[in-house]
Amino acid sequence: MMNYAADVAGLRVLRGGRTVLPDIDVRIDTGSVTGLLGPSGCGKTTLLRCLVGVQRIEGGSVTVLGQPAGSRALRDKVGYVTQAPSVYQDLSVAENLKYFAAVLGAPRGDAARVIELVGLSGRERDLVGRLSGGQRARVSLAAALLGAPQLLILDEPTVGLDPVLRQDLWGLFHRLAGQGVTLVVSSHVMDEAARCTHLLLMREGRIIAADAPDALLRRTEAKDIEQAFLTLVAQDAKAQAADVQDADAANGAGQ
Amino acid sequence: MSVTRTLATSRRVLGQLRHDPRTIALLLVVPSVLMTLLKYMFNGEPGVFDRTGAPLLGIFPLIVMFLLTSVATLRERTSGTLERLLTMPLAKLDLLLGYALAFGLLALIQAAVVFGLTLGPLGLSVAGPTWMLFLVALGDGLLGTALGLFVSAFAATEFQAVQFLPAFILPQFLLCGLFAPRDSMATALRWISDALPLSYAVEAMDRITAETGVSALAVRDLLIIGGSALVALGLGAATLRRRTP
Repeated sequence: MMNYAADVAGLRVLRGGRTVLPDIDVRIDTGSVTGLLGPSGCGKTTLLRCLVGVQRIEGGSVTVLGQPAGSRALRDKVGYVTQAPSVYQDLSVAENLKYFAAVLGAPRGDAARVIELVGLSGRERDLVGRLSGGQRARVSLAAALLGAPQLLILDEPTVGLDPVLRQDLWGLFHRLAGQGVTLVVSSHVMDEAARCTHLLLMREGRIIAADAPDALLRRTEAKDIEQAFLTLVAQDAKAQAADVQDADAANGAGQ
Repeated sequence: MSVTRTLATSRRVLGQLRHDPRTIALLLVVPSVLMTLLKYMFNGEPGVFDRTGAPLLGIFPLIVMFLLTSVATLRERTSGTLERLLTMPLAKLDLLLGYALAFGLLALIQAAVVFGLTLGPLGLSVAGPTWMLFLVALGDGLLGTALGLFVSAFAATEFQAVQFLPAFILPQFLLCGLFAPRDSMATALRWISDALPLSYAVEAMDRITAETGVSALAVRDLLIIGGSALVALGLGAATLRRRTP
């Protein structure tokens, strides 16, 4: 029995000579909708890239569905949607999805199924380059839904979408989770947090809290997740300052 | 490696071109116009057209396929679709062969149109068999595709990718024997020219122009072109990384 869809231990990542993730330990429950929240530039995308297995890592381990991230066996089980839609602008919606379906070895007719799932029925023949930004993002999402992914890594999938559509997509995410799919969804918009079953709050390359949304609210006595996040950031900053003081004190004692 | 995935990739690359009819038109019309220009430029000296016509027929597919592939793969890298494909069960060879098949087919179509015009109305006379001309054009097209795939890894922008044409192909173009006989070059240049694949493309076309039948040396030239394309494809495969910094 596999309780964790992903297990990250001691993960350390450098990008361009800078430490982006100093030391991350995190577990993601199977069948959860886990929100990865934090300000832009805090390392969310890098962590997601590690889960997909496309990020070169400096140390630690990333285990996904019981295998090292990026393993050959995971290539048709992990769906990844990058922040910028990664689909062919010069192909139609249907052509894009038929190609990715062929690469994934998904059954015929799967393209039509995912087009309907993301609400793009009727736009099959439109060139992706002529769609709006939100529609393009949904084509990219549809490609990740092809076949039977067990883990979906979605980097800001709802940015730029209108409220109705966002509601629909979150409905879809929860339906998928109900079927046993695990979703990791990043966002820098805190009001998305309430829609998740689990939250990871991230700041400057570290996970400062990992819990269910209501547990976080109780713990911080905050009205909403945004306030909870601010409270946690303040606590975290205080703890860090104390650590530095302790370290200074220890150094001082040693001299 | 999987035949289905390779063919799906070729179909996808051709599909992208189908949505871009202007590129296809340019692909077919430009070499035709240039060949016509060459014919009437040397109206008074028909020997020049007979001598340079066939080598040029071998150079067009190489240059055109090089440009198309380097821009297409650069786009694939910058748009994130390459990264997406590499997270999927697609072998690198599926992708490379998919591109090679699609652009090889395109090189053949281009050759059919340009050869039809050059050997027909423009009256270029070639002693060797026509199918050999097609074979060399196909080899050159594949070599251009393979070089384009490899070189695009070193370009961060489309501006840079386009500049690789003069950087990679122009020196080969100068040293291939079209402008000056390779035997008359400075020794060092002669050696460099011996190492560059385009020299053999031109040499093969020269032989087909002059000799009836298929000579062993023309076959050797063809094998060198094919071999260079394979080496370039191998180097191209090495630039595709599933894990990036």
